[in-house]
Amino acid sequence: MLYIPCPHCGLRNENEFHYGAEAGVAYPDPNELSDSEWAEYLHIRANPKGWLAERWVHFAGCGKWFNLWRNTVTHEIGPAYLPFTKQPKAPQEGSEK
Amino acid sequence: MTNTKDTLSPGAIGRRKAAPLPEQPPQLWKTVKPKKAYDAIIVGGGGHGLSTAYYLAKNHGLTNLAVVEKGWLAGGNIARNTTIIRSNYLWDESAAIYEHSLKLWETLEEDLGYEMFFSQRGVLTLAHSVSDVRSKRRNFYANALNAVDSEWLTPAEVKKLVPIINISEDVRYPVHGATYQPRGGIAKHDWVAWGYAKAASDLGVDIIQGTEVTGFDIRNGKVYGVKTTQGDIAAGKVGMVGAGHSALLANLAGFSIPIQSRPLQALVSPLLEQVLNTVVMSGAVHVYVSQAHKGELVMGAGTDAFNSYAQRGGFHVIEHQLAAALELFPIFSRAQVLRTWGGIVDIAPDASPIIGRTPVENLFINCGWGTGGFKATPGSGWVMAYTMANGTPHELNRPFALDRFVTGHLIDEHGAAGVAH
Amino acid sequence: MSSIRFSFDDKIYTGNQGEPMAAALLRNGLLHITNSTYRGRPRGVIGLGVEEPNALVQLVTGTKESMRPATVIELAEGIAARSLTGVGSLPEDTEEARYDKTNRYVDILIIGAGLAGLTAADEALRAGHEVLLIDDQPVPGGHLRQLGQDVPSPLQNTLKHTNLTYLCRCTATGLYDQNYVVAIERRSEHLGNAAPANRTRIRVWHIRADKVVLATGAFQRPLLFANNDRPGIMLSHTAATYVAVYGVKIFNTAVVVTVDNQGYRDALRLHQAGVKVQGVYDARPAANGPGVEATKAAGIPVRFRSTVLDTAANGEGLLQQVTIQDLDTKEIFQTGADLLAVSGGWTPVADLATHIGIKPTWSAAHAAFLVNHATEKLLTTGMLAGDFGGDDDPAMFFGPSLDTEQARSAFIDLQRDSTLYDLQRAVGAGLSSIEHIKRYTTIGTAHDQGKTSGMLTIGALCQLNAATQDGKPGLSPADVGTLSFRPPYVPIPFAALAGRELGPLSDPIRVTALHQWHVAQGAVFEDVGQWKRPWYFPRSGEKMEDAVKRECLAAREAVAVMDASTLGKIDIQGPDAAVFLDRIYTNMFSTLPEGQCRYGLMCKADGIVFDDGVTTRLGKNHFLMTTTTGGAARVLAWLEEWLQTESPELQVYCTSVTEHIATIALVGPKSRQLLQELVTDIDLSKEAFPFMHTREATIDGIPVRIARISFSGELAFEINVTWGYARHIWERVWAIGRAYELTAYGTETMHVLRAEKGYVIVGQDTDGTQTPHDLNMSWIVSKKKEFIGKRSFQLPWLQAAGRQQLVGLLPDNVNDIIPEGAYITALNATPDAFGKIPHIGFVTSAYYSPTLKRSFALALIADGLTRMGEVVSLPIEGKLLSATICDAIFIDKENLRRD
Repeated sequence: MLYIPCPHCGLRNENEFHYGAEAGVAYPDPNELSDSEWAEYLHIRANPKGWLAERWVHFAGCGKWFNLWRNTVTHEIGPAYLPFTKQPKAPQEGSEK
Repeated sequence: MTNTKDTLSPGAIGRRKAAPLPEQPPQLWKTVKPKKAYDAIIVGGGGHGLSTAYYLAKNHGLTNLAVVEKGWLAGGNIARNTTIIRSNYLWDESAAIYEHSLKLWETLEEDLGYEMFFSQRGVLTLAHSVSDVRSKRRNFYANALNAVDSEWLTPAEVKKLVPIINISEDVRYPVHGATYQPRGGIAKHDWVAWGYAKAASDLGVDIIQGTEVTGFDIRNGKVYGVKTTQGDIAAGKVGMVGAGHSALLANLAGFSIPIQSRPLQALVSPLLEQVLNTVVMSGAVHVYVSQAHKGELVMGAGTDAFNSYAQRGGFHVIEHQLAAALELFPIFSRAQVLRTWGGIVDIAPDASPIIGRTPVENLFINCGWGTGGFKATPGSGWVMAYTMANGTPHELNRPFALDRFVTGHLIDEHGAAGVAH
Repeated sequence: MSSIRFSFDDKIYTGNQGEPMAAALLRNGLLHITNSTYRGRPRGVIGLGVEEPNALVQLVTGTKESMRPATVIELAEGIAARSLTGVGSLPEDTEEARYDKTNRYVDILIIGAGLAGLTAADEALRAGHEVLLIDDQPVPGGHLRQLGQDVPSPLQNTLKHTNLTYLCRCTATGLYDQNYVVAIERRSEHLGNAAPANRTRIRVWHIRADKVVLATGAFQRPLLFANNDRPGIMLSHTAATYVAVYGVKIFNTAVVVTVDNQGYRDALRLHQAGVKVQGVYDARPAANGPGVEATKAAGIPVRFRSTVLDTAANGEGLLQQVTIQDLDTKEIFQTGADLLAVSGGWTPVADLATHIGIKPTWSAAHAAFLVNHATEKLLTTGMLAGDFGGDDDPAMFFGPSLDTEQARSAFIDLQRDSTLYDLQRAVGAGLSSIEHIKRYTTIGTAHDQGKTSGMLTIGALCQLNAATQDGKPGLSPADVGTLSFRPPYVPIPFAALAGRELGPLSDPIRVTALHQWHVAQGAVFEDVGQWKRPWYFPRSGEKMEDAVKRECLAAREAVAVMDASTLGKIDIQGPDAAVFLDRIYTNMFSTLPEGQCRYGLMCKADGIVFDDGVTTRLGKNHFLMTTTTGGAARVLAWLEEWLQTESPELQVYCTSVTEHIATIALVGPKSRQLLQELVTDIDLSKEAFPFMHTREATIDGIPVRIARISFSGELAFEINVTWGYARHIWERVWAIGRAYELTAYGTETMHVLRAEKGYVIVGQDTDGTQTPHDLNMSWIVSKKKEFIGKRSFQLPWLQAAGRQQLVGLLPDNVNDIIPEGAYITALNATPDAFGKIPHIGFVTSAYYSPTLKRSFALALIADGLTRMGEVVSLPIEGKLLSATICDAIFIDKENLRRD
């Protein structure tokens, strides 16, 4: 049960949220893309070991989407930020246990 | 070898003394240091990697071969799953590869000369609503045409097969029926991996543990070997069989794959007198349970929602799982959760595996088995070995090529089929 | 302490209220409590708490929970138990106990109320924090209590502090990310017969703390020697505690074997309680400390560099003789004893820390794995952090060298009957990782999860891989590492974790405003997602098919009414609402005039049909979208995702109004006439109120919105009204309907009616692989605009030949209702060499149509739209049906009936 900082509501339990995978994947102009580029947009999302900027939506709270740095190895939570705002830097790798 | 297949007929349920496990063979595999070069290297010493190595050696005579494992052998999902074996998948492509796998299971103990408690005790998949019945019956009809054994059971027939199940209307989502695959069952997961490791090792395959692949030697779009924490190893062909870590391996080789890595949890109870001799699955209420040969209840939970490499998940997933289990099996209320754990499953957008060539010549990939990889262990290795040996996919895995995401020809096993366990 | 009676293996014993059952069993002389799981060897109590591997019992009173250590069951009047041989059983009677769950957020959570935990609590309280202190024992004090001592008085005041909550009998079972702790509080078992009926048996605590302090203490560990499992062999601290604190007076002569100074302290306690301590055998070359001196002063013989090699039993299987070996000369001698008290050093309880991935570190000075962690979030203290109280001076010694025969009875895991021999075989088989060895030998997998056997395994591995004289370095425990601990720290009953989320509370039940009416009418319900929907309304004696026939004919020939309130409804407003809908739907909505409705189809980005429904334009910037019943939540989530994460430039606001607006569908040729009786303020004629238009009106002064929408092809009106007025409106419709023989119908009839018109149900006639084109709905795919999913239609497979397309199917035998889900083959297709029959598609919907007086079906068939008139086969459970492919619209292709 992760403890997730909703930028609007504060810290809430994970089961109030839905996950939205990698953050910052903008909808491309579909007509500019080859089939394989379009397939990449459709299906490929970052899946790193370590810090990942990802999307969450506080569906059982304010209903708002936001982005969050989270470490996929330690489950440490980094800063949350709103869509279309400047992405904060990834937390230090050294902060892993 | 003792035959354990039929020791649990329905009549055998009841109080019985725990039987000790048979003794393991005196030699499992040799621990070796890597050579400078091999004809082929398998990256990943899990169930699928080991079975790939075994079939490469046995079916294709390729024995100058190494399996390179980062941690301890077979310590990933093969050591962490709920051991369900079945082949009653919806789509023709899936049914074909899983049925091939099940056929291999049926002779595997003999083939490997290794006891693995393969027990064809049947797999029940429950339906809990009118629409659930419709999709499960579709599955049942599809299986019939694909020559996969499958039966449709009414709630009363379900109750006859599994007397402890609650088929009353009082539960939130009553049992409306079930598909039943009599040839489905379970096996002892570690022993499956060890059986493959031993057989591969006996055929001359080098098994190298504690050695992490840190890069690939790729020149002009062709792979020539791997870089490891024990130095560079040359190889004519390389197979990536990295399960939850597949996306990372692909990135090391310079390409991306549509795989997300998620925690999947399971749990086990202490040893209990036998009460359940059939595997029972319900996608609708999230119950996957069997009782292993020693007597412990083995249950699978749902995947956690987020990407993770931590091999642990949230406890709320477990709590939800147990509530659902008690609805179906009131007798479980006094059983205990002894141990929970997590694996890292590699999930493709269509919940089907990716097996075949990659953008890099002589580099092959086998991943995306998600929550259902254990049952595929023999079949997966068999087709991967064929693909690596011939440089081209077998008919069985051709539909599961990486390029299906570009053509749009997905094999969507979570849509209609529901459960991928 | 009051004396109570309890039953064990059907015999009645007396004991003291509140003491561990194990203590009373021992006091009553029961050393041999059970036999081992696989080898049937006599076994007795060796431990004091949850570490106990042998004395597992099944409660036969109360809830009958399986597999409880007798060392943790507190005696109370009426408790009965029976011994187990490592295998539990599940009673078949219904569990009556209740369980609950609670959440707690605190500044500081301290786990363990021993001296270390109490001290940490004191410090935290002084710093002004709110503290939750949980402990698995009935009273605080931890180790002190085992010494028969009280908590020092300053710390007793700590326990009374207003900012402290102390929970006894509450075991932390798991530590999870972000300081989330799950704990199990046993609330009634210790009360026995006196437990109030309404008291929950176990409470599951979900605790989130700013800081977690682990003060979990340590378990004493045994040693490895031949026949180390006999009743009468106990951990020394355990033996001394049972004898000195619980008054167990069954031992005459004790031998103490030790690797640290703890053994001396325990020898003294035994001695002071009147047990003759024959000697203390210490594996170390020398020892100093108050305990050692006091032991010598008490006249107890002490011998260094010696340890136990083997034991012998009397005719009852109880310990009778101990073989001591001089570790230097290898000389052995025997000595009689009925108690062998073993002190093998301490193993701190590191489980919780390892749950979140912290690796314990080996400390040679402590001969133990410790967790030394001190961050803002997590602190370890007490024995876990290495505070062993000063003078233990343990040796890293796990037992003498044993030959193969001795190794076969040197038990590492008592409950699994796993021995040193098994471990040697595992190593011999080529296994080096401790995880492999665990799996090969099953050490650490039993009920106690290796609490006392884990460290022995590591020690034995180190001894097998000791340094050799030719310079090969030996393996140290630091090299081996610990076995991985996984939650829960102690087993938790399924029932506790299920809590009350059972039956109706397992998932919310959603009902419409008209539900009670449906119930009163005897409707049969079906589960559609969380909703209960009337499936059909049988009249007395009527079977489902008869009811559905009657309902269908009423809708086609007279008038019928259905509760359509479960359809998802989303209110969409804002200046860019129309632009937004153009992106979401495959067809155009910006051109929809106000006051009109349009059917829309939406796809995911992959071009696959996702949901459908009718959307009404209520104003320039105001739409009301309907979705499928099951799809409402995911469609709203989809809209929000696109709005918030892709379309910041759009001003659009979406609100779920599913449960604000009830929908009553009035269907059939007489629907207009009926409704006009109720609605007097607008003209319902087809000229004044055309198809796919909406009108505001009133019924009895209640505002309603009426829409001319038809999901059956019949003349139909949907009355939308605020949820709270729905019952009134429905009753009014029903009352007036009497004259029209108005018939209520359910979802099954709805399905028949819509299928007769070829209207799809997303999720039934689609399976997550269909494009709009596959559904023969190219007409709804706009070529003029961009929308989500459009690009994917150009992917090769989405426009390839051979795709399954939605068609109709007429069984050759008009009474054959094809089972839904049935697969379709070419006419009389035969199995191939592998027994497989190639198929061309499957049946998605199939019904009997009372209107057509025949069965019919919808199907997805490869290239189906080009195969009209083709006769196909359906192999169904031994029978072979045949049917003809046809258009998917069976009734009123010209759409004449709806006006």
